[in-house]
Amino acid sequence: MIRITCPFCGERDHSEFSYGGDATVEYPALDASVGEWNEAVYKRSNPRGPHKEYWHHLNGCRSWLIVERDTLTHEVGKVEFAHPGLRAAVEKTA
Amino acid sequence: MSKYSVWSVLREGLRGQTGWDRAWRDPEPKPEYDVVIVGGGGHGLATAYYLAKNHGITNVAVVEKGWLGGGNTGRNTTIVRSNYVQPVSAQFYEHSVQLWENLSHDLNYNVMFSQRGQLGLFHTPAARDAQAKRVNTMLACGIDAELLDREQVQAMVPHLDYSINARFPIIGAILQKRAGTARHDAVAWGFARAADKLGVDILQQTEVKSILREGGKAVGVETSRGTIRAKKVGVAVAGSTGHVMAMAGIERLPIESHKLQAFVSEPLKPLLDYVVSYGAPGSHFYISQSDKGGMVFGGDLDFYNSYAQRGNLPIVQDVAECAMAIMPCLGRVKLLRHWAGIMDMSMDGTHIMSKTPVDHLYMNAGWCYGGFKATPASGWHFADLIANDRPDDLTAAFSLDRFERGYTIDEKGMGPTPKLH
Repeated sequence: MIRITCPFCGERDHSEFSYGGDATVEYPALDASVGEWNEAVYKRSNPRGPHKEYWHHLNGCRSWLIVERDTLTHEVGKVEFAHPGLRAAVEKTA
Repeated sequence: MSKYSVWSVLREGLRGQTGWDRAWRDPEPKPEYDVVIVGGGGHGLATAYYLAKNHGITNVAVVEKGWLGGGNTGRNTTIVRSNYVQPVSAQFYEHSVQLWENLSHDLNYNVMFSQRGQLGLFHTPAARDAQAKRVNTMLACGIDAELLDREQVQAMVPHLDYSINARFPIIGAILQKRAGTARHDAVAWGFARAADKLGVDILQQTEVKSILREGGKAVGVETSRGTIRAKKVGVAVAGSTGHVMAMAGIERLPIESHKLQAFVSEPLKPLLDYVVSYGAPGSHFYISQSDKGGMVFGGDLDFYNSYAQRGNLPIVQDVAECAMAIMPCLGRVKLLRHWAGIMDMSMDGTHIMSKTPVDHLYMNAGWCYGGFKATPASGWHFADLIANDRPDDLTAAFSLDRFERGYTIDEKGMGPTPKLH
């Protein structure tokens, strides 16, 4: 079992979460070329090692999180809210 | 190397099994080959075999980091079928089933292909409609398919849970009689032996460190046993495709690596004569019985990117629940082993067999759940692609650039979400 420390709920089993994929993908402008959209929609760097990814705390606070996790060892690093406003709120609290 | 036959079995039986040769050589790498195949799984070995057999290209090396079939070839649930909805996929997998049907004779190696039939159960009227469509697609592609009602299924496999209160009430099944199972290790060994006999060098314990390029062309590989030059390089390393293609400067692909678990129980007396599978919302399960008696089964991915060849417990529970929902008689059967393999999950759920932006470098990847059953056809068509430097009619649809062109082959209609294919 992977354990993810949700910034709101604390440390929980990963089975409470739903996986949302690569969090480094950035979408281009709506009128960008097909090639640029192809990169964003279909291409992934799929690293064997550190990976930044979305997890949704579906059976918890339902927040979307950005989790740093190693795809070879499953070791979890930094976890933060995906929502920039919530990230800022956490920083202010600290 | 002697031919395997009933006579050789009898002769060796009388001689105390002392006269068997090694099944393939363990050669030193030559400095140069016409073709180097990276990856000594079923697909790489089949490619080498068909390069030699169909195209007369015998100066070929298969370079494998570990041992033959130690990756996904030896980690799947051994099911072979061709019941696909997308016509190009149905035709591709049907070619594979046809090759499977003669494979033991062709290779002179018993791959134990057993056409016991596959039943795909359905549980709702909507699922029955979807399977009726699948039957029609298959029949239109010249593939055998039948739609069975509940009573017909019950007559074939009486010990599933047919009660009206079942978690997934069975209302019928799609049957492909020519589907079945094969012994997965034997497939790797059979192709290896047959390819070796035609002159192919199989280099185990030889890790590719980089792919050599000169002027935009692949010209060989740097390995843990030195430099091996080649006129052409084919990559068939599903699970590690991204890692190996990055060695040729191709950093981003329409593939994510995920792990899929498989399970085998203690051996039982004959219990299940067919491959049985089902998929309803929240469930995905497939089971068959091996010739040793073990119940071989599996379910969904672990649902997150991973290169760890080991499974996680939530899916063990999930698969056990699926098993109990459909075959409650398995409740007291002991699990013998479970393991995981790393699968290339492509962005549309279909494989990629293609030329690449690097000349003379070819990729065979993105097999999702379909790699084992595709083994012979994958080798056949990948060999053709490498030998002729152009895709044949059946392979053209599986090109790497189909995503950018908008011609995805999305079997399940899930969109670019690899974990859902």
